[in-house]
Amino acid sequence: MSEPVLEARDVAKHFPVGRRGVVRAVEDATLALLPGRIVALVGESGSGKTTLARVLARFYPPTSGEVLLHGRAGTGRRGYHSDVQLIFQDPFGSLNPLHRVRYNLERALRLHHRTRDRRELERQVLDLLERVSLSPAGDFVDKFPHELSGGQRQRVVIARALAVRPKVLLGDEPISMLDVSIRLDMLNLLARLRDEDGLALLYITHDIASARYLCDDIVVMYAGRMIEGGPKEDVIARPRHPYTKLLIESSPDPGRGEDDRAALFDGADELGEPPSLVNPPAGCRFHPRCPFAMPECEQSPPPRTDLGGGHWAHCWLHQKGRAGDLASTTHAAAPALRAAGPADAPGAADDCGDGKEEGP
Amino acid sequence: MKVRAGSAIIAFFALVAIFGGWFSETVLGLDPRANDIQAIAQPPSGEHLLGTTQFGQDVLAQVIAGASGSMFVGFLAAAIGTALAVLVGVTAGYFGGGVDGVLNFLTNLFLVMPVLPLIFVVAGYLQGTGLWTIALIIGLFGWAGGARTLRAQAMSVAGRDFVRAMRLLGESNRRLVFFEVLPHLTGLIASMFLHALIGAVLAEAGLAFLGISDSAAISWGTMIQAAQQQSAVLRGLWWWFVPPGLCIALIGTAAALVNFGVDEVANPKLRVVRTRRRRIARSEAA
Amino acid sequence: MTSQTQEHAPATPAAHRAVLRVDGLSVEYAGEVRACVDVSFTLRRGEILGVAGESGSGKSTLITALTRLQRPPAVTTAGRILYHGRDGGPPVDLVTLDDKALRDLRWTSLSIVLQSAMDALNPVLRLGAQFADALRAHDRRMSKKEAWQRAAELLAMVGISADRVRGYPHQLSGGMRQRAAIALALACRPDLVVMDEPTTAVDVVMQRQILSQVLRLRDELGFAVVFVTHDLSLLLEVADRIAIMYAGRIVEIGTARALYTGPKHPYTQGLRDSFPPLHAPLRPLSGIPGSPPDLRRPPPGCAFHPRCPERFDGCDRILPELVPAAGHEVACLLYPAGGDR
Repeated sequence: MSEPVLEARDVAKHFPVGRRGVVRAVEDATLALLPGRIVALVGESGSGKTTLARVLARFYPPTSGEVLLHGRAGTGRRGYHSDVQLIFQDPFGSLNPLHRVRYNLERALRLHHRTRDRRELERQVLDLLERVSLSPAGDFVDKFPHELSGGQRQRVVIARALAVRPKVLLGDEPISMLDVSIRLDMLNLLARLRDEDGLALLYITHDIASARYLCDDIVVMYAGRMIEGGPKEDVIARPRHPYTKLLIESSPDPGRGEDDRAALFDGADELGEPPSLVNPPAGCRFHPRCPFAMPECEQSPPPRTDLGGGHWAHCWLHQKGRAGDLASTTHAAAPALRAAGPADAPGAADDCGDGKEEGP
Repeated sequence: MKVRAGSAIIAFFALVAIFGGWFSETVLGLDPRANDIQAIAQPPSGEHLLGTTQFGQDVLAQVIAGASGSMFVGFLAAAIGTALAVLVGVTAGYFGGGVDGVLNFLTNLFLVMPVLPLIFVVAGYLQGTGLWTIALIIGLFGWAGGARTLRAQAMSVAGRDFVRAMRLLGESNRRLVFFEVLPHLTGLIASMFLHALIGAVLAEAGLAFLGISDSAAISWGTMIQAAQQQSAVLRGLWWWFVPPGLCIALIGTAAALVNFGVDEVANPKLRVVRTRRRRIARSEAA
Repeated sequence: MTSQTQEHAPATPAAHRAVLRVDGLSVEYAGEVRACVDVSFTLRRGEILGVAGESGSGKSTLITALTRLQRPPAVTTAGRILYHGRDGGPPVDLVTLDDKALRDLRWTSLSIVLQSAMDALNPVLRLGAQFADALRAHDRRMSKKEAWQRAAELLAMVGISADRVRGYPHQLSGGMRQRAAIALALACRPDLVVMDEPTTAVDVVMQRQILSQVLRLRDELGFAVVFVTHDLSLLLEVADRIAIMYAGRIVEIGTARALYTGPKHPYTQGLRDSFPPLHAPLRPLSGIPGSPPDLRRPPPGCAFHPRCPERFDGCDRILPELVPAAGHEVACLLYPAGGDR
């Protein structure tokens, strides 16, 4: 296996709020991006996935832990960004409305490759547009962003990032604001860049089905922590963390049979909500919602369990030999299970607030 | 539309200021400083279209010359004030953090400072206040409001994804400010300049009326002050103070008109309405 | 051409079982953009009808027209929206209904949940007070105490504990507020709830909870739902029937199952294949080339023809009509009227 291009080791990012509060947006995040592979970082809003991406893009430094590029920390800004680029979520916001397509690409080329010759510059600009399937490139090069559709804009954004010739591309929900019918083409484009250029890609998304379509490995985040990861088919077919299972069961899948669907919908009224990150639950952050919660879960964060084949999870079930419980039920059926079970976890409905006071 | 009407008034006076001197000298054959002792405090007539002053000076020629004095002060003060506002406001808004803390403190200081008494003090200290000095004083004390608006706008533009994206590309701060952020503020800066110009003309008139000016220079303010000193109102010499007063009132109207325009550019609420209208037009399609 | 839809529908002694019949509805913006063209469908009692489309498909316009929430420059230029009341009396046409009658109908018969409904709750009023206001506005005999009691019941119905009645909206999470908005929409037992992207602003787990509740409440209370979203994969799971809109027209309408297993219109096929599967074996998918049309300049003939992989001579000239095809209806020249393929 080749060396990782970009690595996060035990990265934490905290943001101060108010006078003394701290939002623990990301904790203990460890991640390696390899050339020619796509890792999907999956989680709901507030799971810390975007914060982690921004730490990796050096928008802000981590509170603790380190980010290594080619195994080294402390690369200068220009040097770092000539290897690591980020694709933003909103293609309407990440292109300056006052600049033509050409300007964006030329700036990138001039800054990173000192290309000065006009003809050479023109050739490279057109080349880049062709590579992101904006062809004939001549039709697009002099357009302003508002003259392009959302998908075309996102392609320009990708072309701009590629102009730098990066080794790593971070995609922060790059398709979530695009029209449904053009999303897959964008994913296909990213997959092609991985195959042709050997780019290392981090695909951040809340949509686990699109993650499965695009990526090689999946890492699931919940409430600021990575809770499970591994090869995509392993993780999706046999989730080994209760939250991953919940996420998969909640995601729409038209391919489900009627019976499966009934089993997933009936009783899925009360699945709870993620905790506040200002004052997250002790131990496993999922334990207040977890139908399998045990006393250990409230006390200390579960250690990483390696499950073979690169699949890992942070869950006490694996330490206590209860992994079978997880596979045998659904979250929809779980409230009943919890009512009957011995675990005395507090009710999910009480944990949905974000640390705010109850009404008077 | 309103901005355009306001700008038209300003443009008219600017033209008068530039070409008026030549016009009154060669076409009308008048000298604003010449004392015609044959015609002292005469009402408007064929010879003196707007009458004459107590000193036998032609009021029309004076109003024209006054325009150039007033507009000179206006332009200079507005240029100084706007430049300072851009420098302080955009720097504070773009960099944020400690830089913003210091500059914002400075801005607030100038906002709450009692400007008028200060101008008296400074003007008294600098003896012999020419139009240059007046313009300098008005500009130096009048930038804070604009800086505050620009700071907010710069902050919002600097936080947009496209600025982040270009920074990620390796653009320098200088380039980010001048090529990504500032172009989005040009409309605001332009209308701010216009507004400052008008404000300075009014301020100069006010200061002259209060006696802070160069009595040798001709501006609308010094004209009114001279009329006031000669009790023109009591003596019914209306043609002496009405024309410069009317000019100042017109400039004030222009100020009000431009104000609406500035509001629309600077006030996010009004702008939201506009963009929302546009967005609706787009999503209607949806 | 719209009447055709009706003619081919099963002969209708069961008309009273319909709660809404939309017939040839067209909406224009300032006479320039035809955002909704000749839309016809029937909604049965207790049925969930999904409306799927991308931006520019006219689905949002359809919602505002159905609920009469549209504002100028949007104008309904043609068609009827017939609402059949519970009492079995003659239907009323929502398009021509006067404001007073419309007010009486809202909440009690017809209510709406918007994507941003969670933000529509008044931040300075206690939840219970907002519910009580709505309840008492439509039933003046109800006492304040009864209204608060009922508010607590309604919130409990969507899984919000009774003590929250005295709380303020900001004390609830976004997902909880959206549930409260749904409870509020159901407060006066409407026959029909129109939902516009009701779960787009919340995360998938909350989405599942909300939809699960909507399905349960639908079974308990028997209201019908028009559910509009861009997320076809979601509709395939929750809707009974689905209408696919493109460029302001319904291009295909049928049961969710039929649309999933045998979509007829090339656009429906493309849209279905734009959602990669979660469990089924992966294969390369390609979405739909091009982008949705600009409604100010819609393409001639079938609006989809510039993006259609199966277009042939005529697609750019002839406007296809919605005709029955193997159990559902489709508007595509591949399926000529009469010829069942």
